[in-house]
This record gives sequence, structure tokens and C-alpha cells, in this order.
Amino acid sequence: MPFIPHTESDTESMLRAIGAESIDQLFDEIPPALKCKGLEGVPGALSELEVGRLMRQRAAQDQTSSSFLGAGAYQHHIPAAVWEIATRGEYYSAYTPYQAEASQGTLQLLYEYQTMMASLTGLEVSNASLYDGASALAEAVLMAVRAHRKSRSRRVLVPRSLNPLYASVVETITASQGVELIEIPYDLRTGRTDLGALAAHAKNDITALVIPQPNVFGVLEDVDALATWAREHGALGIAVVNPIALGLLHPPGAWGREGVPIACGEGQPLGVPVSSGGPYFGFLTCREELVRQLPGRLVGRTVDIQGKPGFTLTLQAREQHIRRSRATSNICTNQGLMVTAATIYMSLLGPQGLKRVAAECHSKTQSLVTAATAIDGVEALFSSPRFHEAVLRVPGDVDHVLAGMRDRGILAGVPLGSWYPELGDALLVCATETKTEEDIAAYADALRGALPRAGSAP
Amino acid sequence: MSEIPHDLRYTKDHEWVREQDDGDLAIGITDHAQTSLGDLVFVELPEVGASVDARDACAVVESVKAASDVYCPLSGTVVEINEALGDSPELVNSDPYGEGWLFRLRPDAPQELEELLSGEHYERLLAELET
Repeated sequence: MPFIPHTESDTESMLRAIGAESIDQLFDEIPPALKCKGLEGVPGALSELEVGRLMRQRAAQDQTSSSFLGAGAYQHHIPAAVWEIATRGEYYSAYTPYQAEASQGTLQLLYEYQTMMASLTGLEVSNASLYDGASALAEAVLMAVRAHRKSRSRRVLVPRSLNPLYASVVETITASQGVELIEIPYDLRTGRTDLGALAAHAKNDITALVIPQPNVFGVLEDVDALATWAREHGALGIAVVNPIALGLLHPPGAWGREGVPIACGEGQPLGVPVSSGGPYFGFLTCREELVRQLPGRLVGRTVDIQGKPGFTLTLQAREQHIRRSRATSNICTNQGLMVTAATIYMSLLGPQGLKRVAAECHSKTQSLVTAATAIDGVEALFSSPRFHEAVLRVPGDVDHVLAGMRDRGILAGVPLGSWYPELGDALLVCATETKTEEDIAAYADALRGALPRAGSAP
Repeated sequence: MSEIPHDLRYTKDHEWVREQDDGDLAIGITDHAQTSLGDLVFVELPEVGASVDARDACAVVESVKAASDVYCPLSGTVVEINEALGDSPELVNSDPYGEGWLFRLRPDAPQELEELLSGEHYERLLAELET
């Protein structure tokens, strides 16, 4: 049943009222070349029963592999209470509410979320979330360009150690707005952003410096030096952080001498399951003086006319329903339901729980690196401290090794060759708190089995 | 009917301009503009030293219900901004032609001031708007 409310006679009377004979005639000013001629490749309609059967068949193809993948999406244990509470009818909505008087519960939850994210990043204000981590970074870059009134260059330094998927989204969203992205190389030995390469820009007008922590290799950047460099050279520092890592690491608001003014990242690790295509959510926080350049919705606490505390959307003059084309953003989709899960996740864990998850992730990844590099020919790249990802170089063809591991029920890592050809047959691996020592031993065994035998051709 | 001092110059975007003795221009928004916007909660001002072109959006006045750009009436250099508005944006509501001034401009071509609207002219414009 198509969900079109108009009956045939409704349509006819509307057409009559505007003097058109048919729907086709109504749209005849659209050139025929632009019209969609049937939907090739889209099969005919199925009944609910048939769709259910098809989906069960497809779901049965899923393998229950042991996953050591990271690269931006991370498998964590999600306490059962998180989605039990998040999917209650009172919470189950993807949207930020418009009517304060009818939505106090959801508004309070978003307010608590904002408080938690501001506290986690060491900054003063958080919005009610954005679409995902990569688009949050693009919004952070645009925000920096608007907020930095002394810098006219719109030049933004982007480390090559930033997740390349993020770099690509930032390029797509900001290129047409006159933002110039300049790549900063990383040190092949340490895996960190090359501070020496920044020196080349010391005399230029730079609007912002993007600082990933950890970076795409799982390596911890020298964020204090980077934040201080940005501050001293009149650029706004933009932190791109993993929220779980912030359980252990210094928050962006405390980096260097004075911190960075903007932080963003992917919120998925906080209670949202790994899923191809999402939904995930982006977070974006900043110092209070930048709040009017912050895109997205913002919930505030206030009092009603009787003096009772309550929650409401605030500072809406930044937003597109008021400022239209001059709004802080015309995308600023938010992910209310994912944020609900994240807020419940964070409140169940608390700061100590988050710290323990972070420590466990770090320790499991160290075990994984130790077990993998005990194998002849497998080496860990980069000498810097890491969080919960590492780059391994394997002997032989990495795709062949990955296929061999997959046959043994293990998703062994993300090959880095297409993004970083200079690293050779390199594999980005991740072990979170979900992995046991047995899982790690099984990984090492499978890797040993999947590698080409010494002396034989791969 | 809103107050329109006749010793000032005006734009059709509801900015006023006062020529000072030193030749610099004080700029603000009119009584009509502040009444239409309602209670101001924030004023974003240009940087001192910034050079601005006539018709540039160089400031933003934000009320509880709207945010509007303020357009620069003439080209020139911003020489001073009204710092008091940082803590007290409501000065624009209470005294739009006095304490509520926004910024001072050193004009590139002072004679262009003559091209702006006179008080009488602005009054007629408002009368047309209100009918």
C-alpha cells in the first residue's frame, strides 16, 4: 500500500483547480532527458511475508567472525540496559524536540549529554550532536573559519595522520566554501605529525590546525606541542578525539598551555553498535566565546514563569529556521536516538568505568601486538605510544593474508596500502575490551597459518 | 511612531550615521530597527582596524527572535567599537542613538555621507513601510 493520502478524485480536483490536465502535463517543463525512465534493476514489490523471508535468508549469511577492525568504528561491550532504556517509548525518537512544554524528558537527556561531552572534552559548550564524526569535523573547520576573525586566509592544516575518510569528507564539504586544506606529513618512524613540517607554515596566515588524538594509526600525537603551536601562530586548534580514549587522556581543553577551543569526533564507541552505514553520531564542543558559531541544536536549562526549572532549545538565532542562508550550518542533522544510547552508556559507566574500558582496550591491543610480533616477519610500525590500534607489517601479500584469516573466522585488520602506499603491506589492527586473551592467541595462530611459509613463494 | 533625530544620516536598511567633530562616523541601528527586533541578547561587532566596504555585512544584532546583519553605510576603517555592548546589548534597545552606538568608522570618502538618506527622507521611508 503506497502511503499517498490523495485519492484519484482529490488529484483530479487539484489538477482542475490549477488548470492542468494530468500529472504528466503538470511536470512537462522538466526536460525529458532529466526524467527517470522507470527504475531499472529495482525488482517488483514483495509482500511483508516475502520480505521477512528474504531478510532472514540474508541475515543468515552474516558470519560471526572475531573482529579486529577499527579505523573509525569500534566494537565495545554495550550493557544490555543501554538499548533496553533507549528503545522505551518515552525516549524512542531520532529528533530533537521542538515543543519544550511537551518534551522535558528528552530535553533533559540532551542537556545531560551536552554536560557529559563538555566535561569529557574539557570545554564549555556541546551541541546536541551532528550526523557523524567526519561531518562533525567538517562543521568544526567551517566554524573555525567563521569564528577566526583575524585570519583571512581560510587555510586549514590537516595532518596526513588524520583518518583519510574524515579528510575526504572535510574536503567535500568545505572545498566549495573557499577553504584551503593543506596536508601536513607524518614522521615515518614515530607515526606522529611531523612538527618540523609545521615550521614551514610558521610565517603564513593559518586559520586552523586539525589535531587527531589518537591518529589513524592509533598513535598518540604530541597534542600539547601541536596545540601550543596553533596558539602561538594565531590558528584555532581543532581536536578530533576518540571519546573512549578521553577516559584516560588529557581532554582537548587542557592541551598545551591553554587548550584548544574546538573538539569533535565520532560518538559511536559510546554505546552504539558497529554497523555498516551507521547510524552513528558526531559530537562537537567548544569554548563559550565560540558558541554563536557552533552549528546544530543546543538545549539549555532555564526557569518557567513560576520559577520552576525546565529545559528548552536555546540560541536558535544561529540556526537555519531563523537565519536561513546565513545560519551556522544548513546540514546539522543530529542523531537523537544514538545520543540517547550514548548518554545512558556514559551514565552507566561513569568516569571510572570509562577509564577502565579505555585502559582495558589499550592493554588488549598491547597484548595483540606482542602476540603478533612474536611471529617471524611480523613487525609493529611506529615507535610512539598508542591507544587501542596498531599498524602491523606482514610478510607477503596483505590481501592474501587477510583472506586466509577470514577463512579462519577472523577479520584481521584494515589494509592501509591504498591510503598509505609508503607503508607497504601494512595492516591496521584494533583490540578492544571485547577481546579475551584466548581471542588474541587465536588471532596469532591464524596469522601464523595465513602467512606464506618461509622459503616458499607467497 | 519611532524617534528619528534630524541631525543624523540614515540608510534604507535602518542604520544611522553621525558625523563627529573629528570626521569619524558613529554608526548604529535606528529606533525602528531595535523596536522591530525586540530585546537584543547579543551584538557581534567588527574588528577594530578592519577595513570594510559599503554594503558589507559588518555586524550582527541578535534578539530573542531574530538575528540581523548590520550593513556598513560607507567604506572605511573601523576605528572603535562599543565594548559596553558585550555585557549590555540592551543599550541598543534603551538608547539606540546614544549609548547603543555600534562602532566608529573612518570613511575612505567622507563626501559619500551626502548620498545617505536625510532624517526627513528616512521618515518618509518608514511611513511607506508602515502603510
